[in-house]
Amino acid sequence: MSGVRVLVGTKKGAFVLSSDGARKEWDVSGPHFTGWEVYHVKGSPADPNRVYAAPSGGWFGQVIQRSDDGGQTWEPVGNAFEYDGVTGTHQWYDGTPHPWEFARVWHLEPSLTDPDTIYAGVEDAAMFRSGDGGQTWKELAGLRTHTSAPSWQPGAGGMCAHTIILDPTRPERIFTAISSAGTFRTDDSGETWQPINRGLVSEFLPEQESEVGHCVHHVAMHQARPDVLFMQKHWDVMRSDDAGESWREVSGNLPTDFGFVIDVHAHEPDTIYVVPITSDSEHFPPEGKLRVYRSRSGGDYWEPLTKGLPQKDCYVNILRDAMAVDAFDPCGVYFGTTGGQVYASADAGDSWAPIVRDLPAVLSVEVQTLP
Amino acid sequence: MTGATVRVELPAHLRRLAGVEREVTLDVEGAVSPRSVLDALESRYPMLRGTVRDQATQQRRPLVRFFACQQDLSHEPMDTPLPEAVLTGAEPFMIVGAIAGG
Repeated sequence: MSGVRVLVGTKKGAFVLSSDGARKEWDVSGPHFTGWEVYHVKGSPADPNRVYAAPSGGWFGQVIQRSDDGGQTWEPVGNAFEYDGVTGTHQWYDGTPHPWEFARVWHLEPSLTDPDTIYAGVEDAAMFRSGDGGQTWKELAGLRTHTSAPSWQPGAGGMCAHTIILDPTRPERIFTAISSAGTFRTDDSGETWQPINRGLVSEFLPEQESEVGHCVHHVAMHQARPDVLFMQKHWDVMRSDDAGESWREVSGNLPTDFGFVIDVHAHEPDTIYVVPITSDSEHFPPEGKLRVYRSRSGGDYWEPLTKGLPQKDCYVNILRDAMAVDAFDPCGVYFGTTGGQVYASADAGDSWAPIVRDLPAVLSVEVQTLP
Repeated sequence: MTGATVRVELPAHLRRLAGVEREVTLDVEGAVSPRSVLDALESRYPMLRGTVRDQATQQRRPLVRFFACQQDLSHEPMDTPLPEAVLTGAEPFMIVGAIAGG
């Protein structure tokens, strides 16, 4: 492995942070797409030079940008995200029916094997697929037209499909998560979807163990063990050992189990990371201390990781797609904050240092380990 | 008058997206209206499709405005003829990102 590339989406553009395997010295490139809100940037696992980005904004809508040189230069590709057929309604915040309206792309998930195939999770919640490098997009409408969809309601950030996980052993299986509908799985390449939320308990729901309606913030999987999923829910850190058929809480000794990010160590499928956030009304670390928590037991028992992180007066948030890992040994862990810092650990979380301190608010962080 | 060479001013975000300066010059076929100017703009710069008006409905995006000759044309029908000064090139057709936020 020759190096690492950290792809950072921010409120005002995208940045590419590059280093060699030592991960000590960093080159910062950007901003790319200056002024655009970049919810997500992600590289193709099949071709590291192929990178996709999703700039958007309230004024000029959504565009999709594609790079074939690792993020140095970019080309706009297709941005027509049209719901397939009758759009129907979901519930609005006040409980009234509200027509599905495309707002933006939250998450891009390139195929594990084909650089030209990519999935997009969007707001209002739906999934799209492109097989031509992002030039054209077709909705996998079975998700949006699920029988439960008229009951879905937006979370505070909108009704977004924000997580997409591709199963490396079963190409026809895809996981997604929607705020605030919950987690869904398809076993037929997106034709049909089933809610996989058994075991989730949400106090804000009239039926707390409802089949749908849960505010899932993020889900992570280790590629070597695709039936094991880890979830950071609005409250509660959860684990499934059966591809989402059932979940159990693994919050254990966390100081608070509210948060957004969750990720898995590259080489240890039972080592997971979260960043606890005080509460749903206080989107900052407890006590102003920025602490990553690591569990080496797949949950339940957690240790705080603080070396190199601010331990006083820190009131940033870490958003759901703003943590990633690299594949070096020791594993690198990265996360970005709404205060514009991107922190990196080259020793699996034992110690941290900022790569950059003063970017616009960070919306997403992804990592490419370069061959 | 049908057909004209029209100067079009773009907001900063769209200049960056299209890789152009503040103003572009477009040959517009037929009746010169906001619709035909946007048709010509999107034909020349396809990356701008969907950024000024919705690709499916052709509706102006809510926070985009069309100005020309000190007039706000945003709420006029899209086929309204543009002022003579735009057709002669004396004045630009301006696509503006509305002031919003704080």
